[in-house]
Amino acid sequence: MIYLIEERCDYCGVCVSVCVPNVIELKETSIKILDGCTNCKLCIYVCPFEAIKENERRV
Amino acid sequence: MKEEYDIIIVGGGPAGSTSAFYAASKGVKVLLLDKRRDIGFPVRCAEGVGEAGLKEFMEPDPRWAVNKISTFRLVAPDGSKVTLKERECCYILDRRVFDYMLAGMAAEKGTEIMTRMYANGIIMEDGNVKGVTAEYLGKKFSIRSKIVIGADGVESRVGRWCGIKSNTILRDIESCAQVTISSKRIDSSFSDFYFGKNIAPGGYAWVFPKNKYIANVGVGISGIYSKNKSPLVYLDEFLKNHFPDASILTRIAGGIPCASPLNKIVNNGLMLVGDAAHQANPITGGGIINAMKAGRIAGRIAAEAVIKGDVTEKMLKKYPQEWNNSVGEINKRCYRIKKVVFRLSDRTLNRLARVLSEIPPEKLTLKDIFISALKKYPPIVIDAIKVFK
Repeated sequence: MIYLIEERCDYCGVCVSVCVPNVIELKETSIKILDGCTNCKLCIYVCPFEAIKENERRV
Repeated sequence: MKEEYDIIIVGGGPAGSTSAFYAASKGVKVLLLDKRRDIGFPVRCAEGVGEAGLKEFMEPDPRWAVNKISTFRLVAPDGSKVTLKERECCYILDRRVFDYMLAGMAAEKGTEIMTRMYANGIIMEDGNVKGVTAEYLGKKFSIRSKIVIGADGVESRVGRWCGIKSNTILRDIESCAQVTISSKRIDSSFSDFYFGKNIAPGGYAWVFPKNKYIANVGVGISGIYSKNKSPLVYLDEFLKNHFPDASILTRIAGGIPCASPLNKIVNNGLMLVGDAAHQANPITGGGIINAMKAGRIAGRIAAEAVIKGDVTEKMLKKYPQEWNNSVGEINKRCYRIKKVVFRLSDRTLNRLARVLSEIPPEKLTLKDIFISALKKYPPIVIDAIKVFK
């Protein structure tokens, strides 16, 4: 599962841009990963601040 | 806020505000929604724009055009510098003020603007877009319109809600980290671009000075490389090597779709503009002026469609046709050039820089540089000749 380290997140939206199933919901200062995540890890790869990980705290 | 508008625009950046300005100028009812508390903040941009593009819209104003630069340095991996003095200068903006000004101009033409309004879905009826659903301070709204313009940036979801595949593939997303620094090492008369596999693989690092003491310094790397090492790490290394005395005033993340233009950017009652439509220059990542050019076309055509009572995809297709004739075709060529240029080895870049650095800056042009870099790829040389006239 994909988890977010909130303290690192800058809410920039790069993860949303690469998310193929379109399941990342980004508001001004909050992110939710909705049902349908395929665990492809693209969001982990592109996050500029390394804020998305596997097996960390769940969003 | 009313229950129905002619046009709803999602996103209050340059693409959204410019679309709103041109649509509202034709007398139609326009609502612009932005999820942020403030238009223009936080700034996720290196803030550089070309003079000619900017002057198509307005004269630079020192309140938001904070530095003017006409000399550029391209720095090879071994530190060799190529200096060129372009005929066209560039301006470094204060985007927070600039975006506010654009939104204000749209409002002056009659656009209603709502911030903290998060569009979370599209109203679809019989295959036609009929408005958006949104949240504002915890309350849910359905707002109807004849056309929705998605100007929701790199994180766009509006197009995907309507079946347009607007996600960016890993190779084409530039993952970026930027700091605004104060340093005694800043030279406000140059914009610098650094290249190399150890500096910014599949992209470049930039130094865009805002004045003698303050500059935007950033690194953008292709998504296929950020998998191994994030742009934040590259940026910290760059700062350590080039600005060890820097005080960091702002640190931001961001991304740019440096992609080939999307094939489909309209649908029945829907248009996409700016980063949502992958309209930034694929080589430089520069997107402000392209977004405004797209917004100018989209806003006008959306208003004409509303006035005619025809918001079908067939009618709205005039927008991508005009866009492709003006900028889209250039971006397609830029994308082909980018795919070759960002694959050049550090050794090739060093050799090129040493040869080109012997040419006086005033005699050297971007066209010369790209033709020299691409001479082993004749079809791409033709692209370079057409792009850098």
